[in-house]
Amino acid sequence: METIVFALLNGVIYGLLLFMLSSGLTLIFSMMGVLNFAHASFYMLGAYFAFTIMGATSFWIALFLAPVLVGLVGAVVERYGLRRVHANGHVAELLFTFGLAYLIEEIVKIFYGKTAVDYKIPSLLDFPAFTIYGASFPAYRMFMLVIAIGMLIGLWFLLKKTRAGLIIQAALTHPHMVGHLGHNVPLIFMTVFGIGCALAGLAGVIAGNIFVTDPAMAVQMGPIVFVVVVVGGIGSLEGAFLASILIGLLQNFAVGISASFADIFWFTGLSPTSEIGDITVSSLAPVLPFLLLVLMLIFRPRGLMGEQEL
Amino acid sequence: MSIKTAALAAAVSVVAVSSAMADVKFAFIDPLSGPMGPSGEAGYTSFLLAAEHINANGGVNGEQIEVKGYDNKVNPKESLVQLQKAIDDGVRYIFQGNGSSVAAAIIDAVNKHNQRNPGDEVLFFNYAAVTPDFTNDGCSFWHFRFDAHADMKMAAITDYIQGQDDIKKVYLIGQDYIFGQAVAAAAESQLKEKRPDIEIVGNELHPLAKVKDFTPYIQKIISSGADAVITGNWGADMQLLMKAAAESGSEIPYFTFYGGSLGAVSALGEGAIDRLYQVTEAITNLDASDEQYALIEEYKQRFPEYDYYYHRAFNALNMFKQAAETAGSNDPIPVAFALEGMTYEEPYGTATMRADDHQLQQNLYISTVSKDVKYGVDNIDLGWKLLDGGKIDAAAAEQPTTCQMERPEKP
Amino acid sequence: MSDTTQSYQNIAPSGAAKFRQRILPFAVFIAIILLIPLTDPSRTMYALMHQMAIYIVFAVAYNMLLGKGGMLSFGHAVYFGLGGYLCMHAMNWIADGTGIWGSFPTFFLPIIGFVGGGLAAIVIGSFSTKRSGTTFAMISLGVAELIFAGAFMFDSLFGGEQGINGDRMNGPEVFGLSMGPQSDIYWFMAFWTILAVIAMYAFTRTPLGRLSEATRDNPQRVEFIGYNPQRVRWLVFSLSGAFAGLAGGMSAVNYEIFTPEALSLIPSGFVLIMAYVGGITYFVGPIMGAILLTYMSSMMSDFTEAWLLYLGLMFVLIVMYAPRGIAGIIFGIWDGIRGPNAGEMMRKWAVQLAGGLLMLIGLIVLVEVAVRWSNGWGEAFEPFGLHFTHGSIVTWIVIIVPLVAGGYLLRLAGREKEEMPA
Repeated sequence: METIVFALLNGVIYGLLLFMLSSGLTLIFSMMGVLNFAHASFYMLGAYFAFTIMGATSFWIALFLAPVLVGLVGAVVERYGLRRVHANGHVAELLFTFGLAYLIEEIVKIFYGKTAVDYKIPSLLDFPAFTIYGASFPAYRMFMLVIAIGMLIGLWFLLKKTRAGLIIQAALTHPHMVGHLGHNVPLIFMTVFGIGCALAGLAGVIAGNIFVTDPAMAVQMGPIVFVVVVVGGIGSLEGAFLASILIGLLQNFAVGISASFADIFWFTGLSPTSEIGDITVSSLAPVLPFLLLVLMLIFRPRGLMGEQEL
Repeated sequence: MSIKTAALAAAVSVVAVSSAMADVKFAFIDPLSGPMGPSGEAGYTSFLLAAEHINANGGVNGEQIEVKGYDNKVNPKESLVQLQKAIDDGVRYIFQGNGSSVAAAIIDAVNKHNQRNPGDEVLFFNYAAVTPDFTNDGCSFWHFRFDAHADMKMAAITDYIQGQDDIKKVYLIGQDYIFGQAVAAAAESQLKEKRPDIEIVGNELHPLAKVKDFTPYIQKIISSGADAVITGNWGADMQLLMKAAAESGSEIPYFTFYGGSLGAVSALGEGAIDRLYQVTEAITNLDASDEQYALIEEYKQRFPEYDYYYHRAFNALNMFKQAAETAGSNDPIPVAFALEGMTYEEPYGTATMRADDHQLQQNLYISTVSKDVKYGVDNIDLGWKLLDGGKIDAAAAEQPTTCQMERPEKP
Repeated sequence: MSDTTQSYQNIAPSGAAKFRQRILPFAVFIAIILLIPLTDPSRTMYALMHQMAIYIVFAVAYNMLLGKGGMLSFGHAVYFGLGGYLCMHAMNWIADGTGIWGSFPTFFLPIIGFVGGGLAAIVIGSFSTKRSGTTFAMISLGVAELIFAGAFMFDSLFGGEQGINGDRMNGPEVFGLSMGPQSDIYWFMAFWTILAVIAMYAFTRTPLGRLSEATRDNPQRVEFIGYNPQRVRWLVFSLSGAFAGLAGGMSAVNYEIFTPEALSLIPSGFVLIMAYVGGITYFVGPIMGAILLTYMSSMMSDFTEAWLLYLGLMFVLIVMYAPRGIAGIIFGIWDGIRGPNAGEMMRKWAVQLAGGLLMLIGLIVLVEVAVRWSNGWGEAFEPFGLHFTHGSIVTWIVIIVPLVAGGYLLRLAGREKEEMPA
């Protein structure tokens, strides 16, 4: 029972974090057709910027300032990089962001060193929130939950209730039509790219201190975020949300289960000492998202809630 | 940027100056970047300081020594590329310690190199990779180990647990590779023998250097109802495990090989007192000579981000010096023969390099975290304090070996 | 009728042209490879050349997919790795000497790699090549991560963290090579590199090679003329995987170890960069890319810590400004020199070159000073006896002036291009 409760709590928090990262990527991908390989690099930048700003001022300033800075970096990248390679087609754009991810990692290594930086949880939030089943649950994780839900509501409000949101939604599916209506599509692209990166940066700010802030954090997060976007489906924030929560729960539940294949498939007579029988569900955790991705691409290429095929 | 790198640089520049006239070259092949980077750097700085002291005292047989770092990212294949590079640079002695997977690859590669390039041999001084096999069935004449292996350390831990009647359930957690597997196997067999009443309530292996959040694992430990945890985790895996343990507020004691890993004590804070135990070949708070205290203080002053932890790095280089001077040569084969069976008076006792398997036999110490100490760690006032009866003599820690050593012709 | 036949004959290359374009480059390539050992290379040189040989085969194999087939893969190291792993196991079977393996020379292990990589590609390609474009790229990424993460579960196949190692000095000797010293391995590398490169070139001349280009450019038309584009992609993918496996076999013999990292996204990304930087529209492009990047990765890392930054920068710049890669630049210049308005072109290139060099100087000084500053070791960047510290104004002048001047020159050259009549 306690395993379930904790897996549920951690899974939802991790899932919301994934959504914070993938919502921007989904917007960018649906609108511009660019699968931004460097998206997780903006997540990393968020954590590092926050570390620097926190060192100079406080965490609360970093919480607002770091995502804004990351968003500005994103807008510049779109304006002076992506827009230029756009003429050479989608493969060139993909390769550009791929190279950019490389570049950002190396620049971070030069500025912050090759090993992890000591990005700490603010002392104001460094206490146990509540205790269940003999284990305490840290307040900072509750704070992450609050921020993530706040972002969710904010994004929903922006897209559904404002004029800018309507235009963005229209541009998601019919960019040319929006252009014909007299809207400045390149500006919309740049804004959306910037907002997407800022959201990734925000995820970095609140996750960098609970996980580890090091130059490898982008590479580790990147592929999972792709999985979310593809599984969720193109052009569907709802899909991305479902996929994020699904993957968050899947991974956290899998780690919590010690049963091995031999235990699960006992009826086949699988020996617990054999190579396959010895595999435990918890060791499957890192594989599951990618299994989901490959299966999804083969059997349902439009994802959970996407409207068009990838 | 940071004080750490500034101090490291100062050391590097001193060594770099001497490298112009360096005659004996040592390669330090370990992670210098990535999650395990700090672990490698703590070892590297220890070797640099040890080399500096030897050079200041006239070198070895009149020759200066140089230690150069090669970053292997804890990857066996990358290590072999770096090993090749080091050999091409004229290196004849290799230091490595982080990761038995890497050590196994280096032993294999050194064996092959020495077989294929007679007259151009290299020796491998292993300062921390403690899978027992390397000095048992997998032993090699070209490999010397300066750290107690997993069975020896586990024997120390299980001896202690034997006397703790309130421990009824033990949880094992470790890294999923030969070392972690060896630790788990040793714990299972030794506990069964010494305390058959103890139930092993969990035996978990997680990927090496990949887990960022140990919360689910800690959750499993708590719900298993364990009274104690035994782990061989090191580097970031140790630090992050402790971070998650601290967050959960659980009070289960941890018996570790590497509780002294950078940042593990500070992650737990005061919660570490009487809760985190480690078994090592030395701790800074043992009684020692003024000279040794001066060395500890010099290290701390030069490398403020790290603590004097890799005592065995100093032992290894000093033993090299003693062996080379006994042999009257700085060449690998004479040094190797001189090391066999050599005794060395180290600051905390007598160490013997057992000739049968090239496993150093030395005193082991079980310690726990305390406030009442001379030297703290992680730049806080908590430090390691010897347990009552925590000293295990070299003779008591000794384990039998199955090694069938094949030796080259003695020069 | 006869007229059209006539004109086809006229545009067909003459015997001399065929020799110059198809035979001569390979003859020169082979001659260089055969002559290198006469220079008595050092052990370091041998190690470098062996690495180049492996990457040449891998990059050309990768380009069968990207350049010729139009399939962007982020996980081609899977086939390199699986082929290599099979070779490591075969190497250990040879050492055991059981059955047929006792008489199998390690020299021919790359054949096993070819089969292993090919089989893996046939199985995975059977579903991944059903789609093209971004979907294919995503599937390749997913499969690569899946296999990489899964590799740690099957220790008997992949050896876990430790990998699988073996000893190449077993089995019967062929060509009098003991396979021990580096100089023996050189001939092994030379043999397989030449064989594989010629075979892959020959493939581009086959009907299937032509069809693969057609499928890349327009799959609908391929379907109209009665071919199944999915099947074409699958066949090309399988062959490309097989040659990647062959390169894996070469790597197995060279390093005598394979670890699961060989299957990960990092080597896959590296080969993509190699092929693209070299130029994917040319057969020789990936060869150039492999040689240059291998050289950079092992030699430049000795000169500067920031070599990966330069690599990333080079890649991004090539994607942005020279999508046909280094080979494209070289052939462009070659054509320009022989073209009608060579003088005009040369002048423009001279301006571009000057601008590029100026920016490069500024950039290098900036990066090197920044690296030393961030290290905090108090070191200064000291090229050619000069002395740059981050605190001095001179340094920043040396950074900013060339950057601005170079940028201006490049802009000037760019504007001239626009003004030139189409």
